[in-house]
Amino acid sequence: MDLFEYQARDLFEANSIPVLKAKVATTAAQARDAAQEIGGKVVVKAQVKVGGRGKAGGVKLAENGDDAFAKAEAILGMDIKGHIVKKVMIAAAAPIESEYYLAILLDRSNRSFLVMASVAGGMDIEEVAHKTPEKLAKVHIDPNEGISQEKALDIVRKGGFGNDVEKQVADVLVTLWKTFQSSDATLVEVNPLVKTVDGRVIALDGKVTLDDNAAFRHPEFEALIDHEAADPLEALAKERDLNYVKLQGEVGVIGNGAGLVMSTLDVVAYAGEKFGGVKPANFLDIGGGASAQVMADGLSIILGDKDVKSVFVNVFGGITSCDAVANGIIQALEMLGDKARKPIVVRLDGNNVIEGRAILNKANHPLIQQVESMDGAAAKAAELAAK
Amino acid sequence: MAIFLTEKTKVIVQGITGSEGSKHTRRMILSGTNIVGGVTPGKGGQVVEIEGKSLPVFNSVKEAIAATGADASVIFVPPKFAKSAVIDAIDAHLPLIVVITEGIPVHDTASFYAHSLKVGKSRIIGPNCPGLISPGKSNIGITPADITGPGSIGLVSKSGTLTYQMMYELRDIGFTTAVGIGGDPIVGTTHIDCLRAFQDDPETKAIVMIGEIGGDAEERAAAFIKEYVTKPVVGYVAGFTAPEGKTMGHAGAIVSGSSGTAEAKKVALEAAGVKVGKTPSQTAELLRAILKG
Repeated sequence: MDLFEYQARDLFEANSIPVLKAKVATTAAQARDAAQEIGGKVVVKAQVKVGGRGKAGGVKLAENGDDAFAKAEAILGMDIKGHIVKKVMIAAAAPIESEYYLAILLDRSNRSFLVMASVAGGMDIEEVAHKTPEKLAKVHIDPNEGISQEKALDIVRKGGFGNDVEKQVADVLVTLWKTFQSSDATLVEVNPLVKTVDGRVIALDGKVTLDDNAAFRHPEFEALIDHEAADPLEALAKERDLNYVKLQGEVGVIGNGAGLVMSTLDVVAYAGEKFGGVKPANFLDIGGGASAQVMADGLSIILGDKDVKSVFVNVFGGITSCDAVANGIIQALEMLGDKARKPIVVRLDGNNVIEGRAILNKANHPLIQQVESMDGAAAKAAELAAK
Repeated sequence: MAIFLTEKTKVIVQGITGSEGSKHTRRMILSGTNIVGGVTPGKGGQVVEIEGKSLPVFNSVKEAIAATGADASVIFVPPKFAKSAVIDAIDAHLPLIVVITEGIPVHDTASFYAHSLKVGKSRIIGPNCPGLISPGKSNIGITPADITGPGSIGLVSKSGTLTYQMMYELRDIGFTTAVGIGGDPIVGTTHIDCLRAFQDDPETKAIVMIGEIGGDAEERAAAFIKEYVTKPVVGYVAGFTAPEGKTMGHAGAIVSGSSGTAEAKKVALEAAGVKVGKTPSQTAELLRAILKG
């Protein structure tokens, strides 16, 4: 889960990382109140989970409360790379002397954690990393050792920080590590970390990604979820514990196992090329136990998608047995009754396949067609969707 | 021969008294795996009866090894307790640890993986994986044992059901070993580890490598193939049509920016001389053609 900037700021503040005073607002009037409360010049910042908002005009300096009102009015509702701005953060403005970069992240390639630090922070850090990699210190962190004060100082010096700030930046890095670990984050990035003209080191903007797998030990994650952003069908699927992703297409897909479902999406898209460019409408992994209820939940979500013209159920029975899946489909259709109106192509293979196919044959349901191969079934589903 | 797992491997089940653990212990015994006992902290001294076998339960992996001579474990404990179960196995110097559990926080995996490197005695497979099977010899994990039998193909894949699908497509040839390495951002055994082992295994004649979107594991595997593997390799990558920024089920399966796309992986593999199929069935055909010469 990616956090908004204001959520990252609050997390930093709660962990004693120096940040500026700030408040979040959803209306221009709230923005004015926030600016007046903070006092002096403020920055009005669009809260979107996408980069490049500064260049898109989503960050503006405001002189006072009334100016903050005007700036917030302009920014709220703005479309930044497909993300509509619903909230702004009003933050105290600070006179900046230098911009630095500091991040800790999961490094998949090395199966470990990585710190990146540079004195050349700011908007163009990617260019720095690309063109002058020597200016960006990269240091691996042993997950069981973490970042001690000594280690932090060593990293900060490698990143080119001078005597004047190295102690302060090292302190921030140690605290940032504690935040990374205690929050089960996979990314904590401070860009820019700034030095103000009066010599303070402050985290001015932050990006945080939290590990959804760790939610069981973080009850506080729940409050951070952006329920508004989710597609209504995705939200419904999540409520029912289904792994569903909405896509733009016409063939609804249900399968078991993430890899097989991803593969099914590809096979449907290839088959669709012959039928006017028909595409898969979703990713839906029903996982190991395909009970009637799970199948009914999955089918009802897919049939609730108005773009769906046909459904492809692709199951390779491993732990799941095909007879259980077949019974699940039949019972699901009974539960759905009139709501199920779209053709369903079923391909079963693996554990108890003969029994599974027999159950579907015997039921002789008008919506169900069986095809024995994955490629053939995908072609049939694409053909039906194109009609 | 097979890689990592043979008929001689003595296996303990961590979490044997849980519902998943006992269900899959039964399946593994039925598929010929030499299960010698189990571990559930606090339940040491109990005996579990499964498929006519009386399996002793121990409090720790160390005790289990002392009593049974086990050299592998399979872990079915819930995510909350997975880290301590893996650490227990690492500290007991168990050579092979297969972690089936799905949903382990990545900080926990990073921690036990780093610990395993330091101790240096264990190979970890997974987490979030189906395990591995050497057909006709042994089966650790949840792979169905009856898809196909022993043969000359080695298979490595991140995904469970896609592994089953590919084994099914190539059931006429059969496999030395099929390894599901798991779909999490950090896994104990990589494509490269398996490619090396298959290259060094005299019975494996050809290798199937299944990848999926996210990360750069396939690209690094391609570089390794170029440098080390002389046996024929065919590849398949799932997720060509996956959009950027959407996680497709596996925690690691996400295309971010320009990296991690299926197309980039295909290009890298082909540059290393790997034939890449567009679908599982086409991939199987490519392999069949190579073996027929």
